[in-house]
Amino acid sequence: MSAQDATLGQTGTLALPRKRIRWGEVLVQGILFLAAAVSVLTTVGIVVSLLVPAGEFFREVSPRDFLTGTTWAPLFEPAHFGVLPLVVGTFLISLLSALVAFPLGVGVAIYLSEYARPRAASVLKPALEILAAIPTVVLGYFALTFVTPLLRDLGVQVEIFNALSASLVLGVMLIPTVASLSEDAMAAVPRDLRQGGYALGADKLQVSTRIVVPAAISGIIAAFVLAFARAVGETMIVLIAAGQLPQITFDPRETIETMTAFIGATGNGDVPTGSIEYKTIFAVGLTLFAITYAINLLSIRLVRKFREVYE
Amino acid sequence: MTSSRVLKNRAFEAAMLFAMVVAFGTLAVLLVDTLVTGWPQLDAQLFSDSPSTQPEEAGARPAILATLYLGLIVLALSVPIGVLTAIYLEEYADRKRWWNRLIEVNIQNLAAVPSIVYGILGLAFIVRGVGIGRVVLAGGLILTLVVLPTVVVASREAIRAVPDSIRQGAFALGATKWQVVWRQVLPAAIPGMATGSILALSRAVGETAPLIMVGAIVYVAFDPTLLGPYTALPVQIYNWTKQPDPTFQTLAAAGAIVLLAIVLSMNAVAIFLRNRYRKQW
Repeated sequence: MSAQDATLGQTGTLALPRKRIRWGEVLVQGILFLAAAVSVLTTVGIVVSLLVPAGEFFREVSPRDFLTGTTWAPLFEPAHFGVLPLVVGTFLISLLSALVAFPLGVGVAIYLSEYARPRAASVLKPALEILAAIPTVVLGYFALTFVTPLLRDLGVQVEIFNALSASLVLGVMLIPTVASLSEDAMAAVPRDLRQGGYALGADKLQVSTRIVVPAAISGIIAAFVLAFARAVGETMIVLIAAGQLPQITFDPRETIETMTAFIGATGNGDVPTGSIEYKTIFAVGLTLFAITYAINLLSIRLVRKFREVYE
Repeated sequence: MTSSRVLKNRAFEAAMLFAMVVAFGTLAVLLVDTLVTGWPQLDAQLFSDSPSTQPEEAGARPAILATLYLGLIVLALSVPIGVLTAIYLEEYADRKRWWNRLIEVNIQNLAAVPSIVYGILGLAFIVRGVGIGRVVLAGGLILTLVVLPTVVVASREAIRAVPDSIRQGAFALGATKWQVVWRQVLPAAIPGMATGSILALSRAVGETAPLIMVGAIVYVAFDPTLLGPYTALPVQIYNWTKQPDPTFQTLAAAGAIVLLAIVLSMNAVAIFLRNRYRKQW
């Protein structure tokens, strides 16, 4: 597109008697560039606002204690600043919700792409968007006041605040993300491949699982990684339903605390500026930012590695 | 087909239907449960009164108003900045230049930043940077940054969908670059941009995490102003959720009904726009 524009522009200028700078056009281009620069400034702002207070934090607490410590108790005497309980809490929630969202999301995608009639799919897809649009504070409320009592009625011995309810609801929240990206990838698989499969006597199950899914795998993996990154960064559901008890446990029935829940709960209170408690927000925030950034880079890598190119 | 093959196919289809049922069943249960729980408190008082320590007297008027203000700020800022960025990237930026590639990668990365991190950005700037304080405008600015990547991505897709022949035709008639963009590309891309912007706006309205960092005091007894303290509807719901008194729980559900009504109707408008103006070139 841009190459064609360039050639057009060149022939245009050649035809003109003399070259004239159109100041209006230059001005417009400047304004457009400024708008685009806002996003770069945002990133700079985020990095600076995390790094400066986090730097002050690490002057008082050694990064080693922070990254390897197994007790998170910034308000107690003596205070402990081991971030591992928060990291473990975050990954417990993310892995559990991935267990819900990955298979169900791909199931929904295969159904919409391979099984549902086009008219049914055209109704179901927007409905899926509605699920994706539910504000997370409402989902958190639902996890706390509906899912947790339901689990107890079913005989699961969960604490009032527990990782399980939060993960289940978070997992369902992520189904639309996984499904819509996977479905896009499946829709991009050429029809010839499917028809070739059917011509060889494959049934719908075989075509779906041995042709469509492998051909769409790069998109599906991208969907998984993106959904996982969302789970790591999700705040309200875990803040409301999973609690504020930082501990290293792999039992989802227990109360835990994630990095995001700590940031939210501490930032919500009246934290005196400059106190060590205030600075922990930024140290934990920096850790969270680094983890989601790494996951994002990983997703770009994976997509490149597994990409199957069709015409 | 052998019968075991038939069986396998049936089982597979059943598994996928199960996935659909979980997704839509949860959605249905959530909507019904919220409606049933919140209905008794969904009265005029919710819209006319201020938050209170007494659940019988508590309402969400300041929170609802503040959420509307926040929505207007996000709309007024994110749409122009987002659309201009998209125009720059699609129509002007030379991808051979490193700074243009930087902007592009940067927007991809920003879209993956958790919203609470934007809250930290806001906290840092409000508390020690520019001293505008925990006011509606600050909350609106933060939410704008949160949804900006969404607006940019949607607008870029809308611009990319405009066929090149339209641009070429305009150039051939002697239009300048900006005339082509302003009079041909933009009008053709408006439905797509509108859809993306409304979806982004609905996300901003329901966003809670950044706001609990940068604003939102619990008991606001007066209507918010642009430069005054405030609490937003999602934050109000969160605060009610935290209260031990069960009446506050039903208030939270009532607030959730209002929030869902706002967010879902915006989504409905977006989906309608997309279907109505879907163009085949």
